[in-house]
Amino acid sequence: MNHMPISGGTNLLGAVVHLGGVGKYIHWGFVQISLANVIIIAVMIVLFVLAIVLPFPKHGTRQK
Amino acid sequence: MSPPVAAGLDPGTAPDTWTGKFRERSVKAFPPDRLLPDSQPAYVASWIYVFGALTIGAFIVVMLSGAVLAVEGPAWWHKSNVGLFVNSTHMWGTEFFFMFMVVHLWAKFFMAAWRGRRKATWITGVIAFMVSIGTAFTGYLSQLNFDSEWIGTQAKDGINSTGAGAFWNVLNFGQMFMWHIVLLPLLVVIIIGLHVLLVRRRGVVPPFAPTERQLARAGLSSAGSGIVTGTAPTSPYLPQDLAQPLPQDLAQPLPQDLAQPLPQDLAQPLRQAEPEPPQPVSGPPVQPVSGPPVPPVPQAQEPPAQKDQQGQKDQQGQPSDEQQDQPKDQMWTLPEDPS
Repeated sequence: MNHMPISGGTNLLGAVVHLGGVGKYIHWGFVQISLANVIIIAVMIVLFVLAIVLPFPKHGTRQK
Repeated sequence: MSPPVAAGLDPGTAPDTWTGKFRERSVKAFPPDRLLPDSQPAYVASWIYVFGALTIGAFIVVMLSGAVLAVEGPAWWHKSNVGLFVNSTHMWGTEFFFMFMVVHLWAKFFMAAWRGRRKATWITGVIAFMVSIGTAFTGYLSQLNFDSEWIGTQAKDGINSTGAGAFWNVLNFGQMFMWHIVLLPLLVVIIIGLHVLLVRRRGVVPPFAPTERQLARAGLSSAGSGIVTGTAPTSPYLPQDLAQPLPQDLAQPLPQDLAQPLPQDLAQPLRQAEPEPPQPVSGPPVQPVSGPPVPPVPQAQEPPAQKDQQGQKDQQGQPSDEQQDQPKDQMWTLPEDPS
């Protein structure tokens, strides 16, 4: 079974990150969280801020 | 000539059957232009209002990819390239579903989106979020790999500690799989559908009315402009009534007697109990004919002038001179019961 090389292969759909390895965790006092979850939370915060800050494209007023 | 109207679509014309009444109530609650509107209020033109629709979009991707996985089965999604792709689509669709839903939740929380008779909309959203967590959890248990085994063996202790493990066994793959592909998705679909219907019925929550200060910052004024201003809540996510100051009586200071310092004797450290000298008894205590026994009146008598003076000083929290001269043991001890 060699249909999806983990890394370094020629399969374009192969994972960029080595998904089969040991997960990375961040320790801060009693707080322990995986790096993946930290990234997802950070992305959500960035999305939230951008959604408030970025202007919404304006369309012409529709005539009824 | 007015267009023909089907029987029951006009209020009050429905036949007296449960289907007719249901149809009449449905049309009244959800007229077609409200059920499928082609325009929205101006304040909806913001990216922050997009995340509810994005959540539904991600949910559709999850449902479709899950349907393909159900048709093909575990051997396909583990071993073929297309199966792995669809499996990953299902997983990443779930990731996006939760990301969009959490941003949607943050936005609605800070808008206090339960305002204006929208409590049911908010509550159905909360329930949809919780049921979605259960659906995703059973999905992780259904991966049929070491990851799902690890999650299952870790979760069983937590589930068993709640008592739910007796009928909801996370180590039972068949049970978790059926919950994941039948029961919980059905529940999520129903709750999200109800949520969307309530959004259609009550409309998208408007933003808070601007305060005079916010208007001034934008170079505007409510005077003569027709702009309705609101009172600024102390916190933007609190409902208006919670942001009001406390009622007047709660804001009053403590009553005077509660604010007095403790009596001198109570502030002293505890002492060893000393034997009391026998008190002179002038006569037998008078007992009432019925009712509980009344303790005898203390024998120490003071002149009225001294009593008044002591009372005045007690009100100021200071012990009287006589009290200070008196031995402390006799100041606050009750006389012994002669009986």
